[in-house]
Amino acid sequence: MTKATPLLAIEALEQSFGGVMALAGVSFQTHENLIHAVIGPNGAGKTTLFNVLCGFYQPTAGSLRFNSQELRGLPPHRIAALGIARTFQNLQLFFNMTVLENVMVGCHLRARVGLLAAALRLPKVRREERQLREWSSEALELCELADHAEQPAGALPYGLMKRVEIARALAAKPRLLLLDEPAAGLNDTETLALRDLIMRIRTSGVTVLLVEHHMPLVMSVSDRLLVLDYGSVLAEGTPAEIQANPQVIAAYLGGAVQYAV
Amino acid sequence: MRLTGFFIFAASVALLPVLFPNNYFVTVVGIAAGLHVILAVGLNLLMGYAGQISLGHAAFFGMGAYASAILTTRFDWPGLLAMLAGLLVAGTIAWLLARPILRLRGHYLAMATLGFGIIIHVIMVQATHWTGGPDGLGEIPPLNLLGWTVDDDQQWYGVIAAAMLLSIWLSLNMIDSRIGRALRAVRGSEFAAQMMGIDATRAKTQIFVVSALFAAFAGSLFAHQQAFVSPDSFSLIISVELVTMVVLGGMASTFGAACGAIALTLLYEGLMVFEDYEMLIHGALLMAVMIFLPQGLFVGLSQGIRRGWTLIASRQDVQDARKAIQS
Ligand SMILES: Nc1ncnc2c1ncn2[C@@H]1O[C@H](COP(=O)(O)OP(=O)(O)O)[C@@H](O)[C@H]1O
Ligand SMILES: [Mg+2]
Repeated sequence: MTKATPLLAIEALEQSFGGVMALAGVSFQTHENLIHAVIGPNGAGKTTLFNVLCGFYQPTAGSLRFNSQELRGLPPHRIAALGIARTFQNLQLFFNMTVLENVMVGCHLRARVGLLAAALRLPKVRREERQLREWSSEALELCELADHAEQPAGALPYGLMKRVEIARALAAKPRLLLLDEPAAGLNDTETLALRDLIMRIRTSGVTVLLVEHHMPLVMSVSDRLLVLDYGSVLAEGTPAEIQANPQVIAAYLGGAVQYAV
Repeated sequence: MRLTGFFIFAASVALLPVLFPNNYFVTVVGIAAGLHVILAVGLNLLMGYAGQISLGHAAFFGMGAYASAILTTRFDWPGLLAMLAGLLVAGTIAWLLARPILRLRGHYLAMATLGFGIIIHVIMVQATHWTGGPDGLGEIPPLNLLGWTVDDDQQWYGVIAAAMLLSIWLSLNMIDSRIGRALRAVRGSEFAAQMMGIDATRAKTQIFVVSALFAAFAGSLFAHQQAFVSPDSFSLIISVELVTMVVLGGMASTFGAACGAIALTLLYEGLMVFEDYEMLIHGALLMAVMIFLPQGLFVGLSQGIRRGWTLIASRQDVQDARKAIQS
């Protein structure tokens, strides 16, 4: 592995909810330009890991360094500003807006215009709006959603809504993208398209953390895997290493090992 | 075109006094409707777009009015300067209130703004030395706009129409911008909005201040136009009426709020002939609108018209006629 500073370094991370230890001392690192999957049974703490990373929960203990900067204590909008974007296991689209507007919200941090300038619609506002539309169209194009730009987000079929969330996150031009179960509820064709999309995203220079249960997708797309179980790290390694790991097989993968890489 | 609706509306507002120069409904009622539009459009930014309720908005309306009244009568300030001072006071108080108040949700938020409105109203009644108490303050000088004094109803119609169009234009601009999208995003999913880098507290605070500024602006105009202010114009009932206008118009639409304000102003005016039954009929009408047009007057009626139109357009004879024209 590279010896460069990791993009994300998590150490002894703990998150408890009352008596439940959702994360019980998780440590792992991920490097620039990797697709790093996080797998584990339901309730293992995967979504909690994302929520802590995004500043939605303040961890009970441990540290999270992104690009050498400590994230602990920062509110979500400040963490987003550092270059982390995400999608959600349960859709969190802005259903009161069109697809294009959803993605334009994704560009929020790349724009500058304030309230007064916006209210007076100064020329610089018009210029910036054009720029935002352009950036948003690029994200929509990448996610093959260009034809749906003007539709209300709530009117799309489920599979497309999930892709709008990815486009919205990409519009922020993040360095790290967190995908929480992007294949859940998708059919086989959509899952294949998603696989290609994740590859394209990595090619464009974005590091991806992928929480996913669809093993063929995970095994074929990831560079490395982190396996969580009851809030602890069960194993970490390449797909081949993980598939050969007896503990992982016993605890989680079961019959899934025969899936090709 | 982004502003087509706005220009159509502006043209009708400009044409009305030309077509009906001395009509009571145009000039006198029109002035009241215009002020209500400014108030409702401002409140709609908060209720319709930020999803927050304010049951104390008459307080900000009153702050603008009393600032203009007190500063022009007791300290001989020019009207525009007093108006600016009113905006400053209302904006600052809104800003100070925003953090503790907007952290509350649902009923608690409603209660807090209600309490605030009542406190300000009590101050207007009790601080007799400054406000004149329940008797109010009179002899407010006419508004002087850089040398031009606004003094008759037609002129006031013009000034308030311009102020109303300005507030609609500002509102449309804000909503269709980075700031407005951020607000709507917070309404759609606060969780996701924060993850997109939006500071939800800041966004809500900003819009609370803006809606207070709209109200104070209307208040200053109101004080000069009436030449008299008293606490009655800024009571809890007025706050509730403003909320009704926004809800009636259909939340989350600037023109909806404007239509709600105009419709309700006309309704109050029209119901005055019924005297004792006024409140009864008022209540019954509001209930009917909420039951039959739950999305509000504006959305409900425009959908109805569109549906009617498609029905007509799908009729065979209309289609035949259209083909005949095209060929
Ligand atoms: N906000 C919360 N309050 C209480 N318990 C929670 C909360 N969020 C997650 N948990 C608990 O933490 C554990 C891990 O949940 P989660 O991270 O959602 O798992 P996964 O995404 O791996 O399926 C579960 O036992 C869950 O019930
Ligand atoms: Mg989960």
